[in-house]
Amino acid sequence: MAEYKKPENEAEFIENFKQKNPLMNSTQAHYESSRCLYCYDAPCMNACPTSIDIPLFIKQIHTGNVEGAAKTIYDSNWLGNACGTVCPTGVLCEGACVYNEQDVPPLKIGRLQNFATRNVIDSKKNIYEPGKENGKKVAIVGSGPAGIACACELRLLGYKVDIFEAKEKPSGLTVYGIAPYKITNEEVLDEISYLQNQLGFSINYNSEIKSKTQFQELENNYDAIFLGLGLGPTAYRNIPGEDKEGVFGGVEFVEDLRMNHNKTLVGDKVVVLGGGNTAMDVASESARMGASQVSLVYRGTKDKMGAYGFEYELALSAGVKGIFDASPIEILGDEKVKGVKFKRKNGEEFIIDSDMVIKATGQAKQKRFYDMIDRLELDSASKIKVDLDTNQTTNQKYFAGGDAINGGAEVVNAAYDGKLAAKGIHKWLNKNLK
Amino acid sequence: MADLSVDFAGIKSPNPFWLASAPPTNSGYQVMKAYDAGWGGAVWKTLGMPTINVSSRYGSVNYRDTRMAGFNNIELISDRPLEDNLREMSEVTKRFPNHATIASLMVDTREQWIDIIKRVEDAGAKGIELNFGCPHGMCERGMGSAVGQDPVALKTIVEWVMDVANIPVITKLSPNISHITDPGLAAIEANTDAISLINTVKSIVGIDLDTYAPYPVVDGKGSNGGYCGPAVKPIALHMLKDLKQHPKIKHIPISGIGGIENWRDVVEYILLGATNVQVCTAVMHYGFGIVREMEAGLVKFMDDKGYKTIYDFAGKALPNVLEWKDLNLKYKVKAKINEDKCIGCDLCYIACDDGAHQAIEIPNEGSRIPRVIDENCVGCNLCALVCPVENCITMERVDDGTQFKTWDQLTNENEIPNTWNDSRAGGKGHYVPDPLLALKEIRKDKSGERAKKAE
Repeated sequence: MAEYKKPENEAEFIENFKQKNPLMNSTQAHYESSRCLYCYDAPCMNACPTSIDIPLFIKQIHTGNVEGAAKTIYDSNWLGNACGTVCPTGVLCEGACVYNEQDVPPLKIGRLQNFATRNVIDSKKNIYEPGKENGKKVAIVGSGPAGIACACELRLLGYKVDIFEAKEKPSGLTVYGIAPYKITNEEVLDEISYLQNQLGFSINYNSEIKSKTQFQELENNYDAIFLGLGLGPTAYRNIPGEDKEGVFGGVEFVEDLRMNHNKTLVGDKVVVLGGGNTAMDVASESARMGASQVSLVYRGTKDKMGAYGFEYELALSAGVKGIFDASPIEILGDEKVKGVKFKRKNGEEFIIDSDMVIKATGQAKQKRFYDMIDRLELDSASKIKVDLDTNQTTNQKYFAGGDAINGGAEVVNAAYDGKLAAKGIHKWLNKNLK
Repeated sequence: MADLSVDFAGIKSPNPFWLASAPPTNSGYQVMKAYDAGWGGAVWKTLGMPTINVSSRYGSVNYRDTRMAGFNNIELISDRPLEDNLREMSEVTKRFPNHATIASLMVDTREQWIDIIKRVEDAGAKGIELNFGCPHGMCERGMGSAVGQDPVALKTIVEWVMDVANIPVITKLSPNISHITDPGLAAIEANTDAISLINTVKSIVGIDLDTYAPYPVVDGKGSNGGYCGPAVKPIALHMLKDLKQHPKIKHIPISGIGGIENWRDVVEYILLGATNVQVCTAVMHYGFGIVREMEAGLVKFMDDKGYKTIYDFAGKALPNVLEWKDLNLKYKVKAKINEDKCIGCDLCYIACDDGAHQAIEIPNEGSRIPRVIDENCVGCNLCALVCPVENCITMERVDDGTQFKTWDQLTNENEIPNTWNDSRAGGKGHYVPDPLLALKEIRKDKSGERAKKAE
């Protein structure tokens, strides 16, 4: 293995984590956009969780109305730039493109989308202005994609919006939890600033809402509250030895990497547990950080993995080895990790030597928050129950969206949820007026 | 192997590929380079009244990923000294005695015509082409298309030329006229040896959206140009057909010009009766090298069909171009969609529903494969034309081929519909019985889809 040398500095880190989908230049965009068939009732649009009018924005790019293209995108999706980059387009819009039916490469929709959104972000030209102030206030807990989308939409409708964010940067997992070869911190933060500058919502950083009193304060001071607080830290798996030095959680590892780049400590022989997209990211990232051996171990068969096929391929191409049908039964070592013992369904046991174990086996639900809010009902999987048309929770003053209601999905799903909730809030508050 | 050589009104040429009188034939250097590349002839950029050219000169129509689908220019005839041109022409005709080097001419008075014809004959030109086509600049001075649009003036000048010319004379016509046969007949009456067409079409190719000036922009202003390139081929083919079907004109050799870029274009021109072709825009776009593709394609076509010379198939399409009144009203085709090939873009559905006869529907079962409603299909071809998949939608014949009836026959039999609600007219039952209800259904479908997705 060892396809990647351990990055010693930022330049080497950038080289190892080269962008998967670099920005198109205008010539590429011109020719690529010329290929769009402008399908009736376009399948790409139907495949998009936010229903972006894709044929329209592609045509706008082609006719030199790039700013209009960006507006078309943002009208449907407030995280248009991030989604163009990090969306699993191969299974969404690009997967639905009719060209696939005749083995012609589908339109590069994600990259065209970024071509348009980067254009307005870089030009800093405002394409929105806030709605006329309506005197009402909404609090948003969490500045992830759901919270940001909700804030933008509410500002258009004239609400005053205050976001409360536990961390020191906005945009949640988009900045803390996505593989660095998909999107850079700067790119994520540029988009948030671009939106914030023209729509004017406030974000209070390092302001975790963690007590019943704080929620009651929000209830007293705001007309409605949106919960976009995502999921918690990596869940405890009850594997013996899980507390040894050298055992990390998947999301925590990615956050460390996103913030500290080449300074992140990565072992030489890494075992990654899990079969979801985070596991694939973590495995790829360990390889790109110079680990000489990365074993991705999943308890089920390959086809049962939750990860997209292309994510697994990406991990393989980084030099990761996939091992299936093996459950971890013990993490070995004294204080420090030395290896992981696995057991197959047929009873066979084996050990993989390792100095670092990363558990990408799912995040804990933020159940503790819900206990602080009266009448907030959760479903059997500890997800917040919401009305599908409005994202209103069982406590009418609260609305919710993103991972907190879907258990962990894509940025694009969160962006949709936030927008839907904003409309729900608007509808509910105006009904109350009458 | 096919013999491509031609004898065009007495002008011999190793093949039918000539360069049109235009920027690619502006100098001896270019013409010799073209002959080296494989061109059989070249009509020299028009010599004549002294001019001065502007900058810029060309504009283009770009369509989707295609540049120069249409092209226009406001460049005038050669602005180089006549002596330079004649010296180079003489050099070319000496070095390439078997190539068709033609002098294009545009002057004003009879004396000027007599003088310049003598000069180009001395320079060794194999023929003369009379430029009665340029629709910009020179026409404002009473030449070019000003002549092409006035059959009487055209006839007079051709007569002057025929009186003195010792080499074959080709009269080049302007398309900027209602009936191409009018100037065509005038040229015939003046005894021209051949005709070439078309010159460029009067055009404005676009407007700059910031300065509001037409392209090409000359110091913030512009002028109408002459349009050419692939976009004008259909206009040229039609005019060629009109001349080649005219009883008094059809015997005359015609050189076809307009949007020719590949061997297929060449074959189409020959099928409508042209016995050589002239090319300009394609060379301005891709250089002289494109003649290789034209030659290889033409040879293959002729070999495949068993033609020895281009005269074996020249004009073969002419009997098939009729007046509308002579078409068989009993012939019926209907669209057929190949479900295996269909990729589900549904462009055929929306084109037919919004732009034609509401004869295609999308089944409700969630499939995107459209279905033809046979009773509504009038066989218009639109769906097959918009379909992006080769041979996915075909137009299948549905009549039994035994009946033949034309409008002309019906007229003679006094059977044509002649009242507003005559049962003998077409289009019966071609309407949506309750449009408001149908539109409501479409709206309902749309909102239903959204609700489904939100789940």
